[in-house]
Amino acid sequence: MNLGNLSDLYRQLILDHAQHPHHHGDLAAADQTVTLNNPTCGDVIKLQVELKDDRVADIAFSGDGCSISQASASMMTDLVKGQSLTDVQHEIATFLEMLMGNSGEDEDVDALGDAAVLATVIKFPARIKCATLAWKALEQAIGEAKNNE
Amino acid sequence: MVKNIAIARNDFPILNEKINGEPLTYLDNAATTQKPQAVIDALTHYYEHDNANIHRGVYTLAERATEGYEGVRQHVAKFIHAATDEVIFTRGTTTSLNWVALGFASQVLQAGDEIIITVMEHHSNLVPWQQAAQRAGVKLRYVEINEQGELDLAQYADLLSAKTKIVAFTHVSNVLGTINPVKQMTKMAHDVGAYVVVDGAQAVGHFKVDMQDLDCDFYAFSGHKVYGPTGIGVLYGKRELLTLMNPVEFGGEMINLVQRQITDFKPAPEKFEAGTMPIAQAIGLGAALAYIEAIGWPAIEAHEQELVNAAYAQLAAIEGLTIYGPPAGPTRSALITFNLNGVHPHDVATVLDTQGVAVRAGHHCAQPLMQALGVSATTRASFGLYNNQADVDRLCAALVETKEFFQV
Ligand SMILES: Cc1ncc(COP(=O)(O)O)c(C=O)c1O
Repeated sequence: MNLGNLSDLYRQLILDHAQHPHHHGDLAAADQTVTLNNPTCGDVIKLQVELKDDRVADIAFSGDGCSISQASASMMTDLVKGQSLTDVQHEIATFLEMLMGNSGEDEDVDALGDAAVLATVIKFPARIKCATLAWKALEQAIGEAKNNE
Repeated sequence: MVKNIAIARNDFPILNEKINGEPLTYLDNAATTQKPQAVIDALTHYYEHDNANIHRGVYTLAERATEGYEGVRQHVAKFIHAATDEVIFTRGTTTSLNWVALGFASQVLQAGDEIIITVMEHHSNLVPWQQAAQRAGVKLRYVEINEQGELDLAQYADLLSAKTKIVAFTHVSNVLGTINPVKQMTKMAHDVGAYVVVDGAQAVGHFKVDMQDLDCDFYAFSGHKVYGPTGIGVLYGKRELLTLMNPVEFGGEMINLVQRQITDFKPAPEKFEAGTMPIAQAIGLGAALAYIEAIGWPAIEAHEQELVNAAYAQLAAIEGLTIYGPPAGPTRSALITFNLNGVHPHDVATVLDTQGVAVRAGHHCAQPLMQALGVSATTRASFGLYNNQADVDRLCAALVETKEFFQV
């Protein structure tokens, strides 16, 4: 059996986040709520953000998904909580580029924190959308918040 | 020539592929089946020797192509026990069902009517009816399933009334594997004067279907799910209803006479087949039906039944594995949908793939059914005539590995 590749995809860090996701649940005072689904598999994510002074003051997610999408959401929420919207938008762009195979500047990728390990998902093309779902939801939430200003 | 099903596997070149270094264990036959050499050869032969546009040329080659194409229509008619002019070629099941929901439903639906479908429908036998109901301003009602994943026939009987104009349901559920009692349900619908449309995508190719016996008004299936090419499908309709039904596409070949303001159409089936049809694919479908006939229904049905019974028993023995749909037996077709507790179906499918086992994970184009089952996704293993006990064993072994990998 060829399970070697798998330990690339399912690093312990990814499994830990998937099994015990951070910032999982609902926010009491959300400014933006975005629900996105992955139409090919039916996975759903509900992402909530509370914004204060152009910063992500708080963030939470809920919904159904595979270990990759759950881990990705957990890592992303860890990363962006407390950050400025400008930084967050830059990180989203770095992450999405990374999962299109464009590795970008080392320092940008390092700035993704735990989420940098998700670069391995690129070897499993069918799973890329699982990894990007939460980030696309956050991108949309910030876009909507800016539009409402 | 009768083919032995035990060695049918050797007729499918793709089954020699290695996937991630492992032999391919192809268990996604409900999505599409693999093609025997005979079908691949028929396509090549057509392009190398017979290719021309049909119905148009007066030259020999065009005649040969036309004969081939129309010959397959006759073959399909015989295969499903219908008349030749009741067989329309389409792009596949989805197109067939859309054409009925557009061209036929629009002719018969009136204010106050109702359409009945079931909660186990594939989106392609669901969304077209939603659209038809919205266009006509009529009600869309659902037959529910019971605990075993079978249609609730008592509730179906309650739904049926003089208002029911169209009943559409699947012959075999692509998720639950349930074989629905088409003949009985058709009779019940006819008793209230409703028309019956059957989605045969998961039935044809697994057991014999007979239009005279089932007595439904329309029946749809896809070539690519019966060992034939993609891009070709069939819509069967009773002759008098095809006369009533409008074409959905207009253009070349479907007309008798075109004048500046009006056009006279050919009769069915030609009036539905506008433009250049998938000729090579139709020829390939003919080769696929001949292949099935060479093995024969008794062998195919017995083999798949044996396989699914074994798979059911072996899967049921895996701790923490939930199977959806009816128990192994006469109401279950050759597929099994399940979940491994604590592991998302996507993760299951990825782990199985590293071991060469191809299964489907997701909602299987049946979101209302997923909702009724209370799950967001499931994993499905579906069998074809070339699968064998070794495939079942590899599936089960890979699932046990998956459990160990995720420590559930
Ligand atoms: C029950 C059922 N109906 C319809 C379809 C659609 O078939 P096609 O994609 O060939 O049009 C499928 C295929 O997945 C199916 O399983």
